[in-house]
Amino acid sequence: MAQMIFEGILETLYMTIASTMLAYLFGLPLGVLLIVSDKNGIKPMPTLNAIISFIVNIFRSIPFLILLVAIIPFTRLVVGTMLGSTAAIVPLTVAAAPFVARMVETSLKEVDAGVVEAAESMGASTWQIISKVLLPEAKPSLITNATVTVITVLGYSAMAGFTGGGGLGDIATRYGLYKFDTATMWLVVLVIVVIVQILQEIGLRIAKVTDNRTR
Amino acid sequence: MAILKLEGLTKTFEGKKGSINALTDINIEIEAGEIFGIIGMSGAGKSTLVRCINLLEKPTSGNVVFDGRELTMLKKKELEKERTKISMIFQQFNLLMQRTALKNVCFPLELSGVPKKEAEKKAKELLALVGLADRAGSYPAQLSGGQKQRVAIARALATDPKVLLCDEATSALDPKTTRAILELLKDINRKLGITIIIITHEMSVVQKICGRVAVIDGGQIAEIGVTSEIFAKPKSEAAKRLVYPDGQMEETFAGGGLLRIVFDGPTSQQPIMANMILEVGEPVNIIYASMQDIDDTAVGQMVIRMPADDDKAGEMIKYLKKNNLKIEEVRE
Repeated sequence: MAQMIFEGILETLYMTIASTMLAYLFGLPLGVLLIVSDKNGIKPMPTLNAIISFIVNIFRSIPFLILLVAIIPFTRLVVGTMLGSTAAIVPLTVAAAPFVARMVETSLKEVDAGVVEAAESMGASTWQIISKVLLPEAKPSLITNATVTVITVLGYSAMAGFTGGGGLGDIATRYGLYKFDTATMWLVVLVIVVIVQILQEIGLRIAKVTDNRTR
Repeated sequence: MAILKLEGLTKTFEGKKGSINALTDINIEIEAGEIFGIIGMSGAGKSTLVRCINLLEKPTSGNVVFDGRELTMLKKKELEKERTKISMIFQQFNLLMQRTALKNVCFPLELSGVPKKEAEKKAKELLALVGLADRAGSYPAQLSGGQKQRVAIARALATDPKVLLCDEATSALDPKTTRAILELLKDINRKLGITIIIITHEMSVVQKICGRVAVIDGGQIAEIGVTSEIFAKPKSEAAKRLVYPDGQMEETFAGGGLLRIVFDGPTSQQPIMANMILEVGEPVNIIYASMQDIDDTAVGQMVIRMPADDDKAGEMIKYLKKNNLKIEEVRE
């Protein structure tokens, strides 16, 4: 039992962390692109902005459970199977990347327009503004939002248990829903709650320590 | 030689309700090494004008000639390079909040690829120049408004600019800090020979530091000339409004006339008359004076004969009014 839960924790963390990282790999550039190409951005590209925004909205509107099933062919193509934690990473990433893009967009929007203007007046290029002004200045907010993302992905990963994704969600579903073993189900839920609490706390601490505005 | 020439600068914003003329046919020549003021009420077009100078805002028509180069014709890369020679400071300082004072000053050097060690050495020198050598490791959040503006000035100087644009740079500061920052700018102008352009809505700022000034109103230049002359004898309506902000329009006090000045309370503690003579640089003849000590505050009145020169007399009147003294002309 303990062994099973321990393995569940490892699988959940594996899915969550890998998916979040991959989601940032795609979502971060998209978020930056959304800000930069905005009509008031540093390099306005209205058409591109509208296209990205549209795609992001579509993926964000599809309920995760449906997305999970809908992209099974794609998952098979990428991983070779639709079962197991590694296979679950594909739909998790597809669902989280657009979410990350919006999160990053929100964080970067918080950067004072005056500071961006100051950098422009110093002859900063678009890339320099992104790498030296927008991202570093938004760092605390990016970290806070990354925490939210990790926890959201953790929640999604529990649903991935439905299609055989493994992890704590899988255990809770199997014991609670199919075997009517409510005690084990609640134990697993408790473990998830504890993990969420720990992740949240770590995220907030990092955000606070790296923020130089409040010292 | 003119370092900066604005030729027929016009800026039109296309809005939903038609177009708005923010600037109309602005012509200014700014000489190398001078401190030039651009003054106007809010909404007059000052901010648009300053943003057109370094092309943060692209003018609809007209030219910006900086150091003999036509900025409006440059490609993006070339423009970015020229911009390092036109530095800017802002009302809200616009420092990078996640960087220390030192790293803020290093920022423009980083942008142009100066090696880190070299950049830090220069940044330290500049922080010393603005009087903040000991705050190099502080973050902006730990600095006062005046200190932040000093960091911003150091940062603006890092690229050895030829022109420093100050966009309402003292408007967020208290009067004492404003004076200190203006002194610093004057000092920098003298020591480094940098041309300074001051954009403000405060006549007192222009008066303290600018040799020449352009009064801008409704997107047009209302008046341009030597500061002291415009201050003494504003010709345009816009300039008059700035010189007499309380709407006390030009009351004509003839030079050589008699003036009664009433002292009451705190003003009597300061050597107002002496200061006035020093500021205007013209003596007055005291005809009559009576002072009494009432509950430790001096109360009294004085009648003086003003200088024969109308301008000087006008300046004196202005000085006295600024110090909240009651004055009236005495008929002979």
